Amino acid sequence: MSEQQPPKSPTSRRAFLKAGLTAGGAAAFAPSALAGALGGGDPANQPPNIPEWTRSLGDGVAVRAYGKPSKHEAHVIRRDVEWLTASRESSVSFTPIHELDGIITPNGLGFERHHSGIAEVDPADYRLILHGLVDKPLIFTLDDLKRLPRVNRAHFCECAANSGMEWRGAQLNGCQYTHGMVHCVMYTGVTLKTLLGEAGVKPNAKWLLLEGGDSAAMTRSLPLQKALDDVLIAYRMNGEMLYPEHGYPARAVIPGWEANMWVKWLRRIEVGDQPWHHREETSKYTDLLENGKARRFTFVMDAKSIITSPSPQAPVNHKSGLTVLSGIAWSGRGKIARVDVSLDGGRNWRTARIDGPVWDKALTRFYYEFDWDGRELLLQSRAMDETGYVQPGKAELRKIRGVNSIYHNNGIQTWYLHKNGEIENVEIS
Amino acid sequence: MSRFHNVAAGGLVASLLVAVGAGIGLAAPKPQAGHAAQPPAVVKKIGIGREATAEEIAGWNISVRPDGQGLPPGKGTVKEGEPLYVERCAACHGEFGESAGRWPILSGGAGTLASHDPVKSIGSYWPYASTVIDYIRRAMPFGAAQTLTNDELYAITAYVLYLNDVIKDENFELSDRNFATIKLPNQPNFIDDDRETTEKAFWRKDPCMKNCAAGEPKIIGRARTIDVTPEAGKGPKVE
Repeated sequence: MSEQQPPKSPTSRRAFLKAGLTAGGAAAFAPSALAGALGGGDPANQPPNIPEWTRSLGDGVAVRAYGKPSKHEAHVIRRDVEWLTASRESSVSFTPIHELDGIITPNGLGFERHHSGIAEVDPADYRLILHGLVDKPLIFTLDDLKRLPRVNRAHFCECAANSGMEWRGAQLNGCQYTHGMVHCVMYTGVTLKTLLGEAGVKPNAKWLLLEGGDSAAMTRSLPLQKALDDVLIAYRMNGEMLYPEHGYPARAVIPGWEANMWVKWLRRIEVGDQPWHHREETSKYTDLLENGKARRFTFVMDAKSIITSPSPQAPVNHKSGLTVLSGIAWSGRGKIARVDVSLDGGRNWRTARIDGPVWDKALTRFYYEFDWDGRELLLQSRAMDETGYVQPGKAELRKIRGVNSIYHNNGIQTWYLHKNGEIENVEIS
Repeated sequence: MSRFHNVAAGGLVASLLVAVGAGIGLAAPKPQAGHAAQPPAVVKKIGIGREATAEEIAGWNISVRPDGQGLPPGKGTVKEGEPLYVERCAACHGEFGESAGRWPILSGGAGTLASHDPVKSIGSYWPYASTVIDYIRRAMPFGAAQTLTNDELYAITAYVLYLNDVIKDENFELSDRNFATIKLPNQPNFIDDDRETTEKAFWRKDPCMKNCAAGEPKIIGRARTIDVTPEAGKGPKVE
């Protein structure tokens, strides 16, 4: 029997699925192995037997002084696509959104985008300079930032290039890769408005420049209006100090706007009367249209959604019956108002159930439970936000934006559910 | 951009003036629905953070704008830039800016922007030459950022602009004095975000729910056939 049992630590859910089906088929001829074979795992640890973790003591307290997920979840990690970039220092890794639920991303799993690697900043040497068109240029230490009044805000952070590899058609088979440049954490920090108030902004000020302390000294121009509206200078994520890959010890949080503007390792804010037109807002993060013109300063992230499970990396592990479809939706213009789901490639839609908090410019979790009859389906989701914006289909989007844009691809994704439970990234007519 | 300019020129600055003029250092931030109450409004400046010295600011203020603001004093010719470029830049960007492997391309691509295979180089795409000198100054050479002298910076920038036919004379000396005269050809082809007008159709009162398209959907593209997805189970090692 042993060679027919599923692997104890499957390397992927697809491997698990295949192994499970094999074992299930064999079970009909071996009733004694039914329990273990049908649900997977090792029958020696299942009723009526006493499992090994019940018969012995486990690790004591503080052995795991900083906790980690179970060793059985070791496959839930950020991954990269090696052929995308020339080096890991200037590259991107993707959030395993297919393995997560709710709306908060764990601190170790949020996608990374670095331009010259992770800056390892000593908090004692951290300084933030605020200067330019101000009454009094200021320099803040990290302790200074922590002494100022704090706010807590959960916001999604999405790279403008999320789904960028899909402009010309279905390319990557997994929502981690197609939609994983997004995360959502609870930030603690000080409002930029507070800092600007301390320095005093001159009447002719219109734009700010945010600059990082990494080896790219990453910069973006930010309209003063947005800075005074809801921008934070954050030093904590989900209660912990920011992780180095997310800008420790302080970063900008620009709610609803493209992640490139959320400058990490923030070292300098300059106040000016015009934008700087730096590399990340000219050569990059501008959207080339079909006629050769390019849109610039396309800051807002349009409403978008994705079914995270089932999805290519998270297949359906049963042959039919009640099936939970789960996904995330978000909008840079405000709250998610509604999410619709289609099982037939967009011919007919039903409204999904939203569960958990619906916050401004934050991920929103939706579910749709249905009785799967085991037939092939074409799964789609469609987000709507409180401004009335409806997530467009890919064809509609391409009609206006062409296929050369790289950035801001928020078109509706299609997953092809096969009879055997596998899911495939497809495009349909 | 114009939208922000307009707003800034109107109500925004006025309200700022009132706030600053009245000595209000901190107004209550906009609450986020579903979150707890906001921090207490502070009536006057808190006074945290000390005044930054001119020397501190000068050490970190490396930003250059299209109008020339922020240009460091210095000069360098195309000729002087060539050996520097070959030594410090060519390994990634190619001897003529054509790029090695997946590193960013710097030159070529004129006339390709409206094609199926656009090449977005400094000469073909970038709107401002100031972006070139600003970026080299802050981030290049990759892995040895902010190590170039100002004269090296101007020389390399001059050479890169020469590779793009923006500067045509190899004896040309680029400096903080003449930099603002350098124009890139694609500058007029950038437009401000116009999604709220050109994509107005995406704001829909009642999106279709039943029989939204005729006929059976047909699969016209599959990620599997392209086969570029990293293999399941493979990925960075985690301890």
